[in-house]
Amino acid sequence: MTTSWSPTLTLPRPVSANESTLGGAPVPRAGLAVSPEQASEVCDSRMLSEWPARETHARPGAHLAHVGLRIGLPLAVAFAFLLLWHAGVRFSGSDLFPTPLEVARGIIELGQRGLLLKYVVASLFRVSWGFTLAVLIGVPLGLLLGWYARAFQAFNPLIQIFRPISPIAWIPLAILWFGVTDMAPIFLIFLASVFPITVSAIAAVQNMQPVYLRAAQNFGLSRGELFRQVILRASLPQIITGIRIALGVAWLVVVAAEMIAVNSGLGYLIIDARNAGKRYDLVVAGMVMIGLIGLVLDLLVRQLEKFDEVRWGYAKR
Amino acid sequence: MKEENGGHPTSNVDRSKEQPAVRFDLRGFLTPAESAITLRNVSVVFPGKRSGEAIHVLDDVCASVAQGEFVCLVGPSGCGKSTLLNIVGGFLPATAGEVLVEGKAVRGPDPRRIYVFQENGVFPWLSVRENIAFGLRSRASTERARIVAHYTAMVGLDGFEAAYPGELSGGMRQRVEIARALAANPDIIYMDEPFGALDFITRLKMRADLVRIWQSEKKTILFVTHDIEEAVQLADRVLVMSPRPATIQEEVRIDLPRPRDLDSPGYLEKRDQIFRVMGMSLRVGEQLQVAAL
Repeated sequence: MTTSWSPTLTLPRPVSANESTLGGAPVPRAGLAVSPEQASEVCDSRMLSEWPARETHARPGAHLAHVGLRIGLPLAVAFAFLLLWHAGVRFSGSDLFPTPLEVARGIIELGQRGLLLKYVVASLFRVSWGFTLAVLIGVPLGLLLGWYARAFQAFNPLIQIFRPISPIAWIPLAILWFGVTDMAPIFLIFLASVFPITVSAIAAVQNMQPVYLRAAQNFGLSRGELFRQVILRASLPQIITGIRIALGVAWLVVVAAEMIAVNSGLGYLIIDARNAGKRYDLVVAGMVMIGLIGLVLDLLVRQLEKFDEVRWGYAKR
Repeated sequence: MKEENGGHPTSNVDRSKEQPAVRFDLRGFLTPAESAITLRNVSVVFPGKRSGEAIHVLDDVCASVAQGEFVCLVGPSGCGKSTLLNIVGGFLPATAGEVLVEGKAVRGPDPRRIYVFQENGVFPWLSVRENIAFGLRSRASTERARIVAHYTAMVGLDGFEAAYPGELSGGMRQRVEIARALAANPDIIYMDEPFGALDFITRLKMRADLVRIWQSEKKTILFVTHDIEEAVQLADRVLVMSPRPATIQEEVRIDLPRPRDLDSPGYLEKRDQIFRVMGMSLRVGEQLQVAAL
């Protein structure tokens, strides 16, 4: 049958009704995220990019105004919040609770004493280890349990019992087993993130569209190829969502763990600043840093969702 | 194999008693060696919702498809067309009877017979190029690139090689799947209502393209559709299935020249013949006139 592949077989390129307007030219991929309902006409779908249609058709200055609003509005709200905070502290006459300015000065002080970088690094170090371990164990475990129904039946009840136990409840055991070392918070972070990752991987495999599996079987894939090329690939978008949730939880837990189990990190900073001299400006400074770093971490993981190989999984259907 | 040709395809009644082991072969004189696909007394029973209740989906289906033939399977919706194609494709076992492909009993899906799915089985995580190359994993990369380029052009997707399925229209995604099937160089292509989700104009265009490709590639195609017009536009032969439990109710040979003129008397005659077999009135609003036909 190889003769039918002969390259001499040149056929005129058909031009369909919906392609002819494009003249067969390559279509830029960016901004072509289109739902199947919208996608019946390619030429139409090109206009349906990330911006709603009404804005693309609006007058020229509208785009700039839109961007200005998108940045300006949140800034205005944040500024109003800081103002309210400042006014609240002033009116209450509290000399313990800091104003925003005092918090900013606290952050600068921590930076100058070298504590800020040290504690941020310490916290990130623990999160990286615990979280990486959770990904390395949670993803394969979830894929296996999602694929083998028997294993799922066997292990799922146990997982469902362990899952609702707050990682905070494990702190006494973590200290008992690992002492006041980095291992204790790493263990807690691992516990906090392994369940969201495992559960999302299980669900991803179980919810996979059967047509992909059948198509793969049809092409005669081996077991290993099937797992790597189809099951893993089909599950990846949902696994990444699980990873994002897990990282959020991990960052929540590291603070709690550091308050009790170790002598460094942002969690320790908060509890130490309070205990060592009621330095509430440093307490709030620590909180602000936790919030900012958490935001950055989430933005980083979100980048994973933008790869072509997984973007299909997040398109609105 | 004993073959009996005495029976009439529509003799659905009264075969409770002297039912032969092999009733008849619809093409009559095909031996399994000549035919690409042979269905012998295929029956399928699904367990019902309540225990003890059984749903008879297919009842004693006999048919065959010749090498290089384009056969359409039509029937009322829910009659078991897709079930039958799933059995032929090796995705579902038959309760009774057997399916022979190229003389051998079907034991599962096979890369030499590629299935084009109703719900589109193109992998959304692979680009158009990677999808079309999916059945070519064992080939050298230069050869793979050549084959992919050839079939990309054949289905009219040049310029879209790097695009992902989510960025394409429904018709284009279906082309990707057809190109993927062709690139794997199967002997047979099974198609399960592949154009069902497309709009009218795109569907017409896709049919014309499919016939053109089939003429150049000389594959055997077994094509399931509920659309009678589609079947008459495409097929060498149309097998009409009865409602459930389904059998092959009638075989209609479409010996019209291609490309087919959809206004020609010959086309309309074949179409109306199948409409009548399926017991449908041709005038909208009129009651079904099963008895009068």
